[in-house]
Amino acid sequence: MTAQSALIAEDIRAYLQAQEEQGMLRFITCGSVDDGKSTLIGRLLWDSKLIFEDQLASLEADSKRVGTQGEKIDYALLMDGLQAEREQGITIDVAYRYFATDRRKFIVADTPGHEQYTRNMVTGASNAEVAVILVDARKGILTQTRRHSYLVSLVGIRKVVLTINKMDLVAYSQARFEEILNEYRQFAIPLGFDEIAAIPISALEGDNIISASPHTPWYAGSTLLDYLETVEVTSDAVSRPFRLPVQWVNRPNLDFRGFSGTITSGRVRPGDAVLVATSGRSSRVARIVTFDGDLPEALAGQAVTLTLEDEIDISRGDLLTMAETPPVVADHLEAKLVWLHPDALVPGRSCLLKAGTATVPARVAALQFRVNVNSLAQEPATNLAMNEVGVCTLNLDKPLAFDSYRENRGTGNFILIDRLSNATVAAGMIHQPLLRAAQGWTSRSIDRAARAASLGQKPLILWISGRDAATLAELVEKRLLHLGRQGYWLRPERLDPQADTVTLELLPRLAEIARILNDAGLIVLIAAEGSLSDAARARLGGSDFREILLDAPADATAEFPLQTGDSLERQAEQLVTALCL
Amino acid sequence: MPLSHLRQLEAESIHILREVAAEFENPVMLYSIGKDSAVMLHLARKAFYPGKLPFPLLHVDTTWKFREMIAFRDRMASEYGFELLIHTNQDGVAKGISPFAHGSALYTDIMKTEGLKQALDKYQFDAAFGGARRDEEKSRAKERIFSFRSENHRWDPKNQRAELWNLYNARVKKGESIRAFPLSNWTELDVWQYIYRENIPIVPLYFAAVRPVVERDGMLILVDDERLQLQPGEVVQHKSVRFRTLGCYPLTGAVASTATSLPEIIQEMLLTRTSERQGRLIDHDSAGSMEKKKQEGYF
Repeated sequence: MTAQSALIAEDIRAYLQAQEEQGMLRFITCGSVDDGKSTLIGRLLWDSKLIFEDQLASLEADSKRVGTQGEKIDYALLMDGLQAEREQGITIDVAYRYFATDRRKFIVADTPGHEQYTRNMVTGASNAEVAVILVDARKGILTQTRRHSYLVSLVGIRKVVLTINKMDLVAYSQARFEEILNEYRQFAIPLGFDEIAAIPISALEGDNIISASPHTPWYAGSTLLDYLETVEVTSDAVSRPFRLPVQWVNRPNLDFRGFSGTITSGRVRPGDAVLVATSGRSSRVARIVTFDGDLPEALAGQAVTLTLEDEIDISRGDLLTMAETPPVVADHLEAKLVWLHPDALVPGRSCLLKAGTATVPARVAALQFRVNVNSLAQEPATNLAMNEVGVCTLNLDKPLAFDSYRENRGTGNFILIDRLSNATVAAGMIHQPLLRAAQGWTSRSIDRAARAASLGQKPLILWISGRDAATLAELVEKRLLHLGRQGYWLRPERLDPQADTVTLELLPRLAEIARILNDAGLIVLIAAEGSLSDAARARLGGSDFREILLDAPADATAEFPLQTGDSLERQAEQLVTALCL
Repeated sequence: MPLSHLRQLEAESIHILREVAAEFENPVMLYSIGKDSAVMLHLARKAFYPGKLPFPLLHVDTTWKFREMIAFRDRMASEYGFELLIHTNQDGVAKGISPFAHGSALYTDIMKTEGLKQALDKYQFDAAFGGARRDEEKSRAKERIFSFRSENHRWDPKNQRAELWNLYNARVKKGESIRAFPLSNWTELDVWQYIYRENIPIVPLYFAAVRPVVERDGMLILVDDERLQLQPGEVVQHKSVRFRTLGCYPLTGAVASTATSLPEIIQEMLLTRTSERQGRLIDHDSAGSMEKKKQEGYF
């Protein structure tokens, strides 16, 4: 910083000119509290002289009050923003930090290293270009190192720098450094990183952070700051096909109709033939309009307004692309989901999917498997809890234009929003469209299985008999509704207002209606005093049918054993979980 | 050649501005007349060019702003032709609430926080742009770009929506709202560099000039009008001063300076060793004071 300070003092205009074209790097730091992550970022801010005197005074006071470093300054306290977290001694969310050197501006996403980790890390990594992965030299590669690395690769970061910290505590051993690095390289092969750098550091002592450490003469590579200042991140977004999600139709008067948005990838010039992916309409770019004048060309990352040569119908949510490199258009797709909400994902529930500037009603049709973020193993699963990752199929109410996340981060991502609470419940990364869409919606045959798939449930007729049958049926129906499933309690009074129980006369009609509702994909509930006759059973032919006997005699062989000691609520939950999901 | 950092920040802010305008029914831009507001306004003009701003600007006037700020505000409104709403907490005025008589904490709560809530309720805004930056203060480092507020305008730091990529969740129920921060990722230096590069007009108080000031509680307070009563022993001095941050004149300290141009201001800022919020009285009240104010609805 000294040369810099001199330039600032002597020729501020020259300095400003030099700063004008500075690039920017967004990176994420991954590691747990014990790895010294906050200390590392505090050290970067400190050594790049971004901590002001008044902040230092407050830091010194805080260090004495709640610090963990005795009389030394606790750099970690710079990072812990919220008061409650400061008192607990842990950070619980994503915090963003800013610092700059002569060569670059930096935005650091700092995420905590405990149980909410997946959610926060994926959030912080979503906009990052590089990941700094911290490892404690004494402990080596831990489960959490694998988890961090997997999540980093999941959100598409291709460059990682493995900072092996606390080298002072292993006597700056080259052998230890190499042992950890080799193990990491082996493990990371399937993650497909383009580049893995490794630096031996001590965040506490400042080794190899800003300047080369005298303690590691065997290490000839760059310091951490050098690496961050020079790592090549020229995003390849510009070389990918042109994509512009229309955010805003700019129509100040009858003579001007512009389509505003940020270019996700590629480049565009006046005269280029553009295509609205979902409608198939096309035109040519007339002008690239900005406040600072029309542009001869616009690139990925720029926020612009395009006017077209023809008046075609375009609105917010449309994706402008080019005819020769169209995106996929589909209403059925496979995607990886990271579940972000305390209420678990249960397939079948309807939600809103926001991708680019488009928002469409959607349903998670099926959960194919869960990915164990520690072992990367694929595991069977019926739901996805917070911080879990899974591969799902989704049905959309209308076709969406997209690319796979692997090909285009900006047009392959989405979030899911809960329709009732409006919470952001999941982050999604699209793998591929699925067959249904590729064939077109008219070519699909409709049967019970198809209806059931669209509802995300197993159609079923449940015949419940016994003293509490009606109460249990009602509870099962409520439970189904709670889980976003379509159940229907077929009460006898629906057929005959006078009837309050299932009589012999009602039985044939009841069975027939149950069969039809079941064919519609519903879970049909019938509560009766007695068990089902063979005649009625015959009428239900073709349906998936289950009989539940409440208070059955001990010697009866029940199809589904209920724990007699449980409350009816609990029994309803068990029934639904075992038979309907 | 990748976009320079200022171009990237500019594009990100424009994206946020357009997203809010498109997704909400009744957005508003909170206009504090300071340098961050000036940048935010400039970015909004870029975002919707050649159209006009699709939302009004709201100034919560505490009646204690610097006179030059008010003059600047009115000049901007007539030059740029945006719709300007001005709201003052009349209950506070009736009760004679002043920073001198009631202290900065109570005064800020009534005239700023309450005034803002009144205005948001009165016009039923479902989104409000603010010029806050994450680098300003520790509790802001974790603030979302779309910050969800409950029906009574409260910010719950434990119940904020996850925010990924550039996908912002704009769904609110009636009465709920969001605060949107287009300058989240800008630093103080970025703001000054951008003002310089784009030649954005700012209130002249940011530039050094000889002004009448009194020294009080370790701060240099501008004698902006007759409401500032001299305490025993205080004398009005004429000094070359400027303001690093602008707010209510009795709560905003000036710094001795000779910087009369933008490069000189930036030079001074880069060589100084105190952060900009130090000139604000309200931050000194207690540790975590900004965080408490945010939970209550202060920006």
